[in-house]
Amino acid sequence: MVSKRQRGLFYIVFILLGGLFLLQGCGEESQHRFIQKSAFKGKNDIVITFAAPVDETWAKDKSNYRVYEKPDPDIRLEISSISLSPDKRTVVLHFDEELNQNQPHVVTIKNIRSQGKNLGTAVVRVKKLYLGFLFSIFIGAMLIHNFVFTKYLGLCVFFGTSQKKSTAVGMGVTFTIVMVVSAMMSWLLYQFVLKPYHLDYLQIIVFIGLVSLSVQAVDTILRKINPMLFKAFGVYLVLVIANCIILAVPLILADNEYNAAESFMLALGAGLGFLVALFLMSSVRERLELANVPPTYRGLPIAFVVAGLFALAFLGFSGMSIF
Amino acid sequence: MATTKTNSQLVINGLLNENPIFRLALSMCPAVGISTTVRNGLMLGIAVLFVQVCSSCTIAAIKNYIHPRIRIPTYTLTIATWVTVIDLLLSAYFPVAYKAMGIFIKLIVAFAIITMRLEVFACKNPVGKSFWDGLGMGLGFLFGMVTLGFIRELLGMGTLLGHDVLGFKPLLFFALPLAGFFCVGFMMAVFNYVEIVFNRMKKKRG
Repeated sequence: MVSKRQRGLFYIVFILLGGLFLLQGCGEESQHRFIQKSAFKGKNDIVITFAAPVDETWAKDKSNYRVYEKPDPDIRLEISSISLSPDKRTVVLHFDEELNQNQPHVVTIKNIRSQGKNLGTAVVRVKKLYLGFLFSIFIGAMLIHNFVFTKYLGLCVFFGTSQKKSTAVGMGVTFTIVMVVSAMMSWLLYQFVLKPYHLDYLQIIVFIGLVSLSVQAVDTILRKINPMLFKAFGVYLVLVIANCIILAVPLILADNEYNAAESFMLALGAGLGFLVALFLMSSVRERLELANVPPTYRGLPIAFVVAGLFALAFLGFSGMSIF
Repeated sequence: MATTKTNSQLVINGLLNENPIFRLALSMCPAVGISTTVRNGLMLGIAVLFVQVCSSCTIAAIKNYIHPRIRIPTYTLTIATWVTVIDLLLSAYFPVAYKAMGIFIKLIVAFAIITMRLEVFACKNPVGKSFWDGLGMGLGFLFGMVTLGFIRELLGMGTLLGHDVLGFKPLLFFALPLAGFFCVGFMMAVFNYVEIVFNRMKKKRG
């Protein structure tokens, strides 16, 4: 017997799975039956895998391929060299210029020849896995480009609230909530008001206003909906405004022209990254209280040295790419 | 409650006693992030000096018309306006330096030091005094940034303002952006040390 609650849970899981498939499905729509796989490789290569060996002379001929970015079909990308794998099933198209992998690419392959037969023309779409891309934005903002340790932002609040673990977690959680709310609001405003009316130069004033507004909104809503939570986290709300990260994220969003899902991921990553940094730092600083630090270094100076060591450790993430 | 300090005392106060970077420990982000060379430090220092002086004067001039309950948003918007001015000016006249500074010019809005000076000083004092206080604080920040830039450029690259001084690179580590953490920590320790020695001497004498 399945209870009502369990059934509700099932529905949610199904809807979520459906959404995932929809997101992922775009990349895997039915293409030419002879082509098994197409993907980006490195920064300048596109790899196409065929179902059976193809003719070498045909495969090496550049005029058989036409490559362009999906939004602008008129601009053809110049192929600099083509290489064929020993089993003659994988073709690597090499480009001189770096491919903009955030855009799907379309490759038209003319008159595929395999074992003397002409198999017709195929149109292949090469696309980065979108979910993977979103995930890489998230992890990137959280660890690889951690705002505190690799971009050196939000340090005042970082040093101010990392003395105790409980404070650190409270600040981190509050910050993440406000970050996501204000980033989404500023994304909306930038995309639909500032950009269409060419008011870009007002972005600083508008974004800082929005941040104060969303802090106030979160304050009011939290006070009504969950007074317990407000009691725990209300103190940190004022501090959020003094944090550079909360302003940096909308500016980065505006610079990079991210869409809604990407903006959400970046904001969430930035917030959680700050939480991680605060938690790590507060764990060390709780220990430092008991350590015998020379009087000149007591307090902030030693905290800075510790943060420097953390930054050195976070340097290890740099240059990492997940997908 | 207006201050009784003279103009020169206000400037000295900002430079040494209440140095924004080393004593008050405010506005740390640029001090760590982009003080890798003297030139960068100088540029951002001048930008902050400009914003600080202008917003201090503005707030001091209109302080009687601001309702106390909305004073913080007013401060923020005033600062944001002046930051927009300096942002557009720099991007028009110094595009190369502006590129190197990246997002930090825009982030002057969120620097705690400026808001704090407005709240503590400019909203209680006349325009003249606020000007000197803003100048002192701005110069203090500039001094901190240039000192850090000096140390890091000399030790990291062996150069000053782009000119080769030492001829070799003593500690390449300091050229890394993250060495700013260590640098600021050391400088704070130096300031603390000076204070401790100073107090000890005072005690001996007194």
